[in-house]
Amino acid sequence: MAKITIDKVKVDAIYSCVPTQKTQTTEYALFSEVESSLFEKTTGIKERRVAPDDVTCSDLCFRAAEQLISDLTINKDEIEVLIFVSQSPDYFLPATAVTLQHKLGLSTACMALDINLGCSGYVYGLSVISSLITTGFKKGLLLAGDKSTISTSFNDKSTYPLFGDAGTATLLSFDKLAQRMFFDLHSDGSGKDAIIIEYGHSRYPYNKFKDEEREYEKGVKRSKNHLALDGMKVFNFALKEVAKSIDDCLKYANVEKENVDYFVLHQANKLINDSVRKKMKLSEDKFPMSIGEFGNTSSASIPLTIAAALKRQIETNHLTLLLSGFGVGLSWANVLLKIGPISTKHLEYD
Amino acid sequence: MNIQELIEHIENEFDELEKGKLQSDSSIRDMEGWSSMHALILIALVDNHYDVLLTGEELKNVFTVEDLYQVILKRGT
Repeated sequence: MAKITIDKVKVDAIYSCVPTQKTQTTEYALFSEVESSLFEKTTGIKERRVAPDDVTCSDLCFRAAEQLISDLTINKDEIEVLIFVSQSPDYFLPATAVTLQHKLGLSTACMALDINLGCSGYVYGLSVISSLITTGFKKGLLLAGDKSTISTSFNDKSTYPLFGDAGTATLLSFDKLAQRMFFDLHSDGSGKDAIIIEYGHSRYPYNKFKDEEREYEKGVKRSKNHLALDGMKVFNFALKEVAKSIDDCLKYANVEKENVDYFVLHQANKLINDSVRKKMKLSEDKFPMSIGEFGNTSSASIPLTIAAALKRQIETNHLTLLLSGFGVGLSWANVLLKIGPISTKHLEYD
Repeated sequence: MNIQELIEHIENEFDELEKGKLQSDSSIRDMEGWSSMHALILIALVDNHYDVLLTGEELKNVFTVEDLYQVILKRGT
């Protein structure tokens, strides 16, 4: 079982950055008024942010990281590890993390690597970077996010209105007095087809495999170069695994659910998060949301929710948080951590 | 659990339904604008109230409230 306890690692700051351009659910031309209203009720998404063609996820993460380093007057030489968690890297190669090391002006002694995960990626990224920092690294920078809007077909009602673009930066440091973090991580590749972009990498490379859009069902028209989402499978997976795995993580950490200040869940769908909350018999105020304003922002959703919806609480208090990421892979992960007061900032890309 | 209770849960969940009109032999899919979103709401409702997680395959064979009731009974035992 992938259960990990981490000592001596502290979260110092969480920054997020989104593009300025908003798009409303009601503006989506393929939705009737009834569909739009049902979509908002079910997913919770009222609007989302869309990055322009010349802005990538790494640009959004860079903006968040640059501001964080400047605000906290961080000595860049102390950042000894940089991890970029994303499924929308800048290039096929090299790794985006390495380009960001240079762009941010970090030392060449800083190790840098990408992690290719989506919805579970923030918690996975935290587990990897914390495991490195606990060995004695001074500081680490975890950059997480996605530009998912480039992957969806406008003609696919099941994906196009769901996703928003966002980038985040989290600074962690070695601290002998830091309280323990408890991780619980899972994967199940039998569900790989539930969320997939089939063409474009080495199994079906672009230069050999090109696909025209075709209609899979009414209102669901896309090519295999686009993101495909089996909403029913993902929904069933989330209802089956998330509440149970959160419970397991709490038991592992020996913390009662009543003693957790906030459960910050990946923001995929309001109905999923409400169902998890009802299963756990907890009140709505314990589950902050950001999906209404930003849509599903993949691995950015947890830090974005903290920076946008928990800013006041986390900047002034010491909180016990349970973070839970789940989705593409299939992959899911939880962490129980005690955090704060920390610096947060929510930025718009200009 | 009884079918009347299930009917009430469904009527409370879907604004499209007029209270007191849904019968055990009513077709759920005849609801105005039935879509995959309705299916997700129904799965969440059943999971929440009866602790039964319906699969997409099971839902494909559900047409009436009675069909749904029978699946829940079968899965719940």
